Amino acid sequence: MKTIKVGLGTCGISAGGQLVYNKLVEEIKTKNLEVELKETGCMGMCYEEVLVEVEEDNGTFLYSKVTPERASKIVTEHIINNAPVKEWIVKSDEVNKEEDFLKNQNRIVLRNCGIIDPTSIDEYIAQNGYKAIQTVLKNSTPIDIVDQIIKSGLRGRGGGGFSTGMKWKFAHMEKADKKYIICNADEGDPGAFMDRSVLEGDPHSVLEGMMIAGYAIGSDEAYIYCRAEYPLAIKRLKNAIAQCEERGYLGKNIFGSGFSFKIKIKEGAGAFVCGEETALMASIEGKRGVPRLRPPFPANKGLWGKPTNINNVETFANVPWIINNGWDKYAALGTEKSKGTKVFALAGKINHSGLAEVPMGMTINEIVYGIGGGIKNGKKFKAVQMGGPSGGCIPASMGDLKIDYDEITRTGAIMGSGGMIVLDETTCMVDLARYFLNFTQNESCGKCTFCRIGTKRMLEILERITEGNGKESDIDLLIDLAQKIKNGSLCGLGQTAPNPVLTTLQYFREEYEAHIRDKKCPAHNCAALIEYCIDPDLCTGCGVCARECSSNAITGKKKEAYYLDTALCSKCGKCFEVCKFDAVIKN
Amino acid sequence: MAEIKNPDIENIAEFKQDLINKRLQSGSLIPLLQSAQDSYGYIPEKIIHYISELVGIPAAEIYGVITFYSQFRLKPLGKNLIRICEGTACHVNGAKSILTVLQDELGISVGETTDDGVFTLQSVACLGCCSLAPVIMVNNDTHGNLNHDKIKRIIKKYKSDQKVRVA
Ligand SMILES: Cc1cc2nc3c(=O)[nH]c(=O)nc-3n(C[C@H](O)[C@H](O)[C@H](O)COP(=O)(O)O)c2cc1C
Ligand code: FES
Repeated sequence: MKTIKVGLGTCGISAGGQLVYNKLVEEIKTKNLEVELKETGCMGMCYEEVLVEVEEDNGTFLYSKVTPERASKIVTEHIINNAPVKEWIVKSDEVNKEEDFLKNQNRIVLRNCGIIDPTSIDEYIAQNGYKAIQTVLKNSTPIDIVDQIIKSGLRGRGGGGFSTGMKWKFAHMEKADKKYIICNADEGDPGAFMDRSVLEGDPHSVLEGMMIAGYAIGSDEAYIYCRAEYPLAIKRLKNAIAQCEERGYLGKNIFGSGFSFKIKIKEGAGAFVCGEETALMASIEGKRGVPRLRPPFPANKGLWGKPTNINNVETFANVPWIINNGWDKYAALGTEKSKGTKVFALAGKINHSGLAEVPMGMTINEIVYGIGGGIKNGKKFKAVQMGGPSGGCIPASMGDLKIDYDEITRTGAIMGSGGMIVLDETTCMVDLARYFLNFTQNESCGKCTFCRIGTKRMLEILERITEGNGKESDIDLLIDLAQKIKNGSLCGLGQTAPNPVLTTLQYFREEYEAHIRDKKCPAHNCAALIEYCIDPDLCTGCGVCARECSSNAITGKKKEAYYLDTALCSKCGKCFEVCKFDAVIKN
Repeated sequence: MAEIKNPDIENIAEFKQDLINKRLQSGSLIPLLQSAQDSYGYIPEKIIHYISELVGIPAAEIYGVITFYSQFRLKPLGKNLIRICEGTACHVNGAKSILTVLQDELGISVGETTDDGVFTLQSVACLGCCSLAPVIMVNNDTHGNLNHDKIKRIIKKYKSDQKVRVA
């Protein structure tokens, strides 16, 4: 029997996956076909959504950019007449249009994403799911497990990069009547979506990782703190937990081992700082999510004052694989101090936007040009932004840098959670720094003066620079404030908030200077520093821009070159976007 | 979207029942507020006082919690909630110009509701669909790879759906 799988992660659904799925249901029903229709998670190739895979005796065939109409045709040609629709296939035994994207990937965390049906516990089990926890419960003592995780070299994927095994060890050594496990699924870094894809595409792997951690540190209760902006992830988690409870994989005396464990979900309420571990725990306790001083560390005094081990989604998803395949296999991947693989969320000005899991130590260029397929619209690669609001911009000239925790830190950026935003020549670095400062300034919880007011002052300076009112002394002032905010803040939010400014100043100082001295934005991005005009030679006189313009700044006659009156122009950029002939120009 | 009710006494009773059904005990302030918002579309003042009694936390402190988290609202929402992503990927892919179009089409700015109560416009830090940037979410549906035309079509669709419902 043939099987059809439709990628229904949030990305697939927003690209129209549900419509395709519904169409397939209808076709299968009306044509009375013997086909199994399934949903699956994100396959990572978000740029090719909607993805539909047909599995049959002759192999598997992956179709990209499927619409409901295309789905009907796939049913008639492929399912009924056994003639695959070659032109839409991106991957099969014969065709591999996705070779560049796939060949250097090594899927450990994403091992099941896009392959299994995330709503089915049986499919997870069929991929060796819940085997690791059984092995652990049967054959290992908690300290054995801690030891294996230490030796695997796994480091926290939530941003800090602390040794996961060591963290477990600290929590393990605490003596207490109650200990907690927390899974940090707050994924606050804007531009990152690794955790979402794992939760949506393979929720059981995260649950299994948490169970193993629970056994290792001696905890019987866990929370998953998931951001409310991820409704589908929450739904899939709830479903997965219910399935586990039904089978007795969660609850009392799991697999007859005497080990008991339960997992609850807490929905975040929209505050970036709640991704910070102490703020997160305050939030679970029902308070304002304000960080507190460490020590005491969560391993000693965490949730409700009890020893608590907190890890990121991706960290947990690695654990069952390490147990099943051996710590040495994991440690064999990566660089000297960063082992294993890392999932990167590629987005921004890149052709192949999506998720890529690669061994640590791959270079930026290999990811951007190889896996990512280069820059959109043939533009020039300028930089990658890593680590979100806590990170920085690494210029294209450093493209041969090997990505691991320590190398990235040396550039002034941080590995962060794995968001990788690719920037091209049209991105203004001053504007980007302003963007991030606006973000951190909004999200500062307000506890520390320098973080609360210092970021506000930095933002004001950046705003005036992008508006063409920057002063010669502004750059020094920014650097001075940056140092003070770093030193005067209690949690990671403030300590790292100046990084986007510092790295752009380090690598793109001349852009700041052009804004300040010449009142020019070299990337033609900052509205106050550019003017729009229409090139009469390129204008075909179609009149679309004039119709779009809400300031009545564009006039002209059909089939003749139009004219843009800069005095009336509000610089909204609509005309620039709608012109099909590149006749609207920014100066 | 949750149907919006009037927070009169009767509905407080209903809300109480809801809490019993969901087995929410004291100590879980945020879930209490989340279910209040689910029932009313926002958090009415009356409910703050009721929750205050229930959990023994002063109303002022609850207000502090409400205003700390961007998810909570103290004002009712329009029938359709449009959330525009202001994340990094969307920012570098032209979210700003999408916002301009949205504001022009709806005649409101971020944080406002249209006079007819049909749309509320909000911004959000990231919707996690960065590969489809720029992105907006209308109610629970995400729309990606937006351009000016697409935005206009989406708004038109929700506007006409609204008319159909009224008729
Ligand atoms: C401001 C701030 C935001 C953070 N946001 C997140 C987040 O969204 N997700 C996450 O896993 N860790 C986040 N962290 C890191 C956590 O504090 C913590 O280190 C992490 O959850 C530990 O898990 P790991 O060891 O598996 O990385 C954040 C830290 C700071 C300072
Ligand atoms: S940046 Fe807009 S969805 Fe992530």
